[in-house]
Amino acid sequence: MKPVQCTLAAFALAILFGGMNACKPKSAGTAVSSNAAEKVYVPPGKYDEFYNFVSGGFSGQLAVYGLPSGRLLRVIPVFSVDPEKGWGYSEETKPMLNTSHGFVPWDDLHHVNMSQTNGEIDGRWVFVNGNNTPRLARVDLTTFRTAEILELPNSGGNHSSPFITENTEYVVAGTRFSVPPDNANGDVPINTYKQNFKGNVTFVSVNKESGNMDIAFQIETPGVNFDLSHAGKGPSHGWFFFSCYNTEQANTLLEVNASKNDKDFIMAVNWKKAEEYIKAGKGKKVPVKYVHNKFNEETHTATTETLKEVTVLDSRELEGLCYFIPCPKSPHGCDVDPTGEYIVGSGKLAALIPVFSFTKMLKAIEDKAFEGDYGKIPVIKYEAALYGEVQKPGLGPLHTEFDGRGNAITSMFVSSELVKWNIKDLKVLDRVPTYYSTGHLMIPGGDSRKPDGKYVVAYNKITKDRYLPTGPELSQSAQLFDISGDKMQLILDYPTIGEPHYAQAVRAEKIKDNSRKIFKIEENKHPYAAKGEKETKVVREGNKVHVYMTAIRSHLTPDNVEGIRMGDEVYFHVTNLEQDWDVPHGFAIKGANNGELLIMPGETTTLKWTPDRTGIFPFYCTDFCSALHQEMTGYLRVSPAGSKVPLSFSTGTNMPASDTATGK
Amino acid sequence: MKKLLTTCIIAIILYACGNQSETKDSTNASDESKETTETTESGNPSYDPKRGEGKFENVELPASLDVTMAQSGKQIYEVKCASCHKLTDERLVGPGWKGVSNKHKPEWIMNFITNPDAMIDKDPELQAQLEICLVRMPNQSLGDDDARHLVEFMRQNDGVK
Repeated sequence: MKPVQCTLAAFALAILFGGMNACKPKSAGTAVSSNAAEKVYVPPGKYDEFYNFVSGGFSGQLAVYGLPSGRLLRVIPVFSVDPEKGWGYSEETKPMLNTSHGFVPWDDLHHVNMSQTNGEIDGRWVFVNGNNTPRLARVDLTTFRTAEILELPNSGGNHSSPFITENTEYVVAGTRFSVPPDNANGDVPINTYKQNFKGNVTFVSVNKESGNMDIAFQIETPGVNFDLSHAGKGPSHGWFFFSCYNTEQANTLLEVNASKNDKDFIMAVNWKKAEEYIKAGKGKKVPVKYVHNKFNEETHTATTETLKEVTVLDSRELEGLCYFIPCPKSPHGCDVDPTGEYIVGSGKLAALIPVFSFTKMLKAIEDKAFEGDYGKIPVIKYEAALYGEVQKPGLGPLHTEFDGRGNAITSMFVSSELVKWNIKDLKVLDRVPTYYSTGHLMIPGGDSRKPDGKYVVAYNKITKDRYLPTGPELSQSAQLFDISGDKMQLILDYPTIGEPHYAQAVRAEKIKDNSRKIFKIEENKHPYAAKGEKETKVVREGNKVHVYMTAIRSHLTPDNVEGIRMGDEVYFHVTNLEQDWDVPHGFAIKGANNGELLIMPGETTTLKWTPDRTGIFPFYCTDFCSALHQEMTGYLRVSPAGSKVPLSFSTGTNMPASDTATGK
Repeated sequence: MKKLLTTCIIAIILYACGNQSETKDSTNASDESKETTETTESGNPSYDPKRGEGKFENVELPASLDVTMAQSGKQIYEVKCASCHKLTDERLVGPGWKGVSNKHKPEWIMNFITNPDAMIDKDPELQAQLEICLVRMPNQSLGDDDARHLVEFMRQNDGVK
């Protein structure tokens, strides 16, 4: 190459690259720094650093992601049926979705809180709320399955839930919609809200060993909308803080009528005091009806218990139980910093963020620095409890999490950004745009005493142009930011299921080694288990036929069943005889008005099937299990009602007559 | 001249790009080859086809049958093994058990049934068997005692009294 040509080439190259830079789009995509890929790349076969449990919103389920990769690891069915996993379809899981309203196949799962010991996430359980038909659920992190669902009486919608105390003593539930109490006559004009509608917060105790939930007590309050909450921690352990709006007590056009007051409240509840009142017999036993569903891992079966009474404390009569702290403009998030001293209220219509001091609040109570009362509950003077205000943080503050280094990060819905500020001097330190309109945000351990401030995830309400278009409906969008430095750095976008509200995350070590691989067949106490093919059988009880079936790679026993008649109800109780990790078998039969079964190793699960016509019905294993999975099939013969075809069942012996005759 | 210039530019760009991706590829490749070497290493001559691979070394068997152990072994067989193995020499999913206790040392049997995955990958006889059966014997999560009791049941099945 001649020198002149090379110079020309270099020149052309300079133009080319310069041109590229000039064309660089100034859109959302450029907010990503160059080393982002490196920070989120988890090589094939390697594990993520964190488990991230994300509410599935209106899907009713709980999603499990790995961070920093954003890979979806599992969707755990909780409040909504899931035919893929047989959740709400198998006889064993149907009771989990029972309520006092009957079987409810769906709910709106908003918030997620993991169990804590000494203010740190301990990796045992995840609690979630059902917002529509008020319920609480507990997911067991050894099985990654919903272990328990508890309905909440005297509640119109369980929104400010399932926040927990620092040793998981209680998980709370505050009603978003005030309603007439369950045992009152609810057939009243809607515009008698002020007289007849009551607020209610429920304290549910959690058994330290089993995790089982029980309603310890409820506190009845004036009718308002409870929105979110968080427990005190460290010095403020013993208190719980609930944000509330609609202190106007509007019953129509809340958009306008519940936005009139300059300040609503954060309600501070002294739950240690509540315990004293309960002990002193100050609670009223109130007749109600609610259900409690538990899944038993030995019988692999859920049961429903109907309960008929709760103990209610009256916040208006019992001194020192509840206080209101004025908080500007319809507060939403109510977050307590890792030290337990600062309570951050996020007025979603406010142009500032008030930070309250727990010490000042106690002093104000002691000095009776009250500006009056609201429904007979003392209202503390705003200034008397206020530590300070973050000025001009952005528009529409919703939620705050903490990085453990003295900073808070608040999500801004209206101005679509995350804003980092210092808790002590209340100065804004950094802000990053989010795409688009962040609702919730999450730092691993970010609402506990020990945040792990490496990442923050923004859960955005609007997705628009972030992914390839998929018609009018788009998945929601999560965005991962590196917050280890001074500046927050966007490093990953990933889609989520449903509409994610709160989420939690914890280092993988806290969970992964406790994760269960199989259920021991010896410990299977299911009444219809067949522990080995020797125990397989078909039993007729009137028109109910029980098929005790086993599954192992790769055959079902029995795989030929005859003598089923029209009018029968057939129950396939399938026991998976495998004892190896990741070998579930599935079960499905033609024409079932039902889901499939997905049976874990060592487990027994039941599919109910009612034949609608005579004939031959194939059934098969739905979950690819071995090279001979396609052979894992069987036939069931249905004869007319009153048929004389005898009940018979077998595997490997029901040969053609000619073969038998010739002795083949 | 124009042509030459274009070629020159393209060449430079290609070279630059090629270089980058090559470096990345080679990092990945070396990672992979490391892993592969490890696997092949353990599947090599150090494998003892008489003993198999697992925690059992030399299992001493009594001359006569331990009836209690054999009875316990029979119960385990019915829950965890009978779906695929007959007690005759007839193959069902896996081979029949007739003669198995004469054919294999007890430590081989116990290692195989408690550590099937590793042994199927290495044992020449098991690999040949896999070609016939096409189903890898599953890990049935047997305890040490379970394995020993099953051997005793196999001995009983082979006529040890």
